[in-house]
Amino acid sequence: MKRREFIVAASVFAALPEAQASDEAMRAAIRAWAGGEPPPGLLKIDIAELVENGNAVPVRVAAHEPVAGLALFTPLNPEPEVVHVTLGAASARPEFSTRMRLARSQRIVAVAQTADGRCWQAGVDVIVTLAACVEP
Amino acid sequence: MRAASLLLLALALAANADERRSGRDTMSVALRALQADDVQHPAQLALALGREQWSAGAKSCASCHGEPDALRGAATRYPAWDRGQSSFLDLPGRIQRCRVRHQQQPAWAPEAEPLLALAALVAQQSRGLPLQPPRGPELDAAAKRGERLYTTRIGALNLSCAQCHDERAGLRLGGSLIPQGHVDDYPVYRLEWQSLGSLQRRLRGCLSGVRAKVWAWDSAELLALEVWLSRRSAGMAMQPPGVRP
Amino acid sequence: MATRAVITLPAAIKAGVAFEVRATVAHAMETGYRTSDAGARLPRDIVRRFECRLDGDIVFAADLFAAISANPYLAFWLRAAQSGELSFSWRGDNGFEHRETRPLTIA
Repeated sequence: MKRREFIVAASVFAALPEAQASDEAMRAAIRAWAGGEPPPGLLKIDIAELVENGNAVPVRVAAHEPVAGLALFTPLNPEPEVVHVTLGAASARPEFSTRMRLARSQRIVAVAQTADGRCWQAGVDVIVTLAACVEP
Repeated sequence: MRAASLLLLALALAANADERRSGRDTMSVALRALQADDVQHPAQLALALGREQWSAGAKSCASCHGEPDALRGAATRYPAWDRGQSSFLDLPGRIQRCRVRHQQQPAWAPEAEPLLALAALVAQQSRGLPLQPPRGPELDAAAKRGERLYTTRIGALNLSCAQCHDERAGLRLGGSLIPQGHVDDYPVYRLEWQSLGSLQRRLRGCLSGVRAKVWAWDSAELLALEVWLSRRSAGMAMQPPGVRP
Repeated sequence: MATRAVITLPAAIKAGVAFEVRATVAHAMETGYRTSDAGARLPRDIVRRFECRLDGDIVFAADLFAAISANPYLAFWLRAAQSGELSFSWRGDNGFEHRETRPLTIA
């Protein structure tokens, strides 16, 4: 765990100019994982609409049919990837939950991939409020 | 006649209704859910560490206290006055005192991981119980000092605690809702810290937030504030460890 | 030995019935974008890979990136026909490795 002596920026993603993903970087990351440009499709993304602190945002991604993989991406974090999930044969539900970091308000994108290679994506808008009182 | 007096009683109670709100109740639904679910609670690793720490060593906590739940109610009665040492003790301070005096171990640094883990474990045993800070001449005097500190403008921003947490609680500062600043859920896992932290850590954060001199760990000022704040929150049900943004 | 991971399984698991697994490992997930008070950039240090295996076969796996919160938490659903052993492994930067096993007991 981080040592007390380190003074850290209020957000884990201190705004450094070169560290900014973009829609294009996200699309490239999605293409790399999905093997193509996934068309829009049905995916359930459970996440708070309004987030008080972007350091630990619970998120759940669920498909409506069996899938082999699920992945999450962001356009406006320093990097576009969040997590790539592989579901094996003993998977009982095509879903997973985790806690993610959000640097700022943005539209996060989830992508699904079936065993026979079909892909689709869906997105959801999340508003992130930043701490008003910054402490060292 | 009886109906009329019951109605009067109901009106009187409503007029004196407790307007205090825990920070839990003004948080988002998602964060409230995180705090309420033991499995998802961000402090669960710390609690597991606390349970290990409880039974560790030759003179473990367990060797004197038995199971952690033997300390149910203990966390409601802090800060306390230690007559022997003539000092005030908050819960982490009490744990440190045990460690040094009864376990013959060196004190931990402030906010050390095992210290907070034990504080979380002990505080958790009092979940659902009302805060019942103790009284006495020294504590009463400290509460008065703490109240004075609470209502004094400080720092480059020239703000007092009361201006935000009494007068403007419920309003917004930037995008954040200003809480009333109750101390019912400490230690808290603050998402901003990405770790557990004590009330003293939170107070020091506020002090630097208003660009004031940050009082030292276990300073007279911080302890006096803690004594005052525990009385300000007296009677509210504890739900430690908390989760806060 | 400090607790490095918490894994939650339901108390009673029935054959063929879906059950939820929740796993958290202690790790700061240092993003590489924070700086120390001296101004030096804190290097990236994250968990990269999580695998859950049932009797050796991968049932759930995740490649994690810096956008996963500290103390990475993952929850997923499994189904099993008979008792066996669940193993959990995390691998990350700077040689980080942690393993846990849990018996899978069908009621």
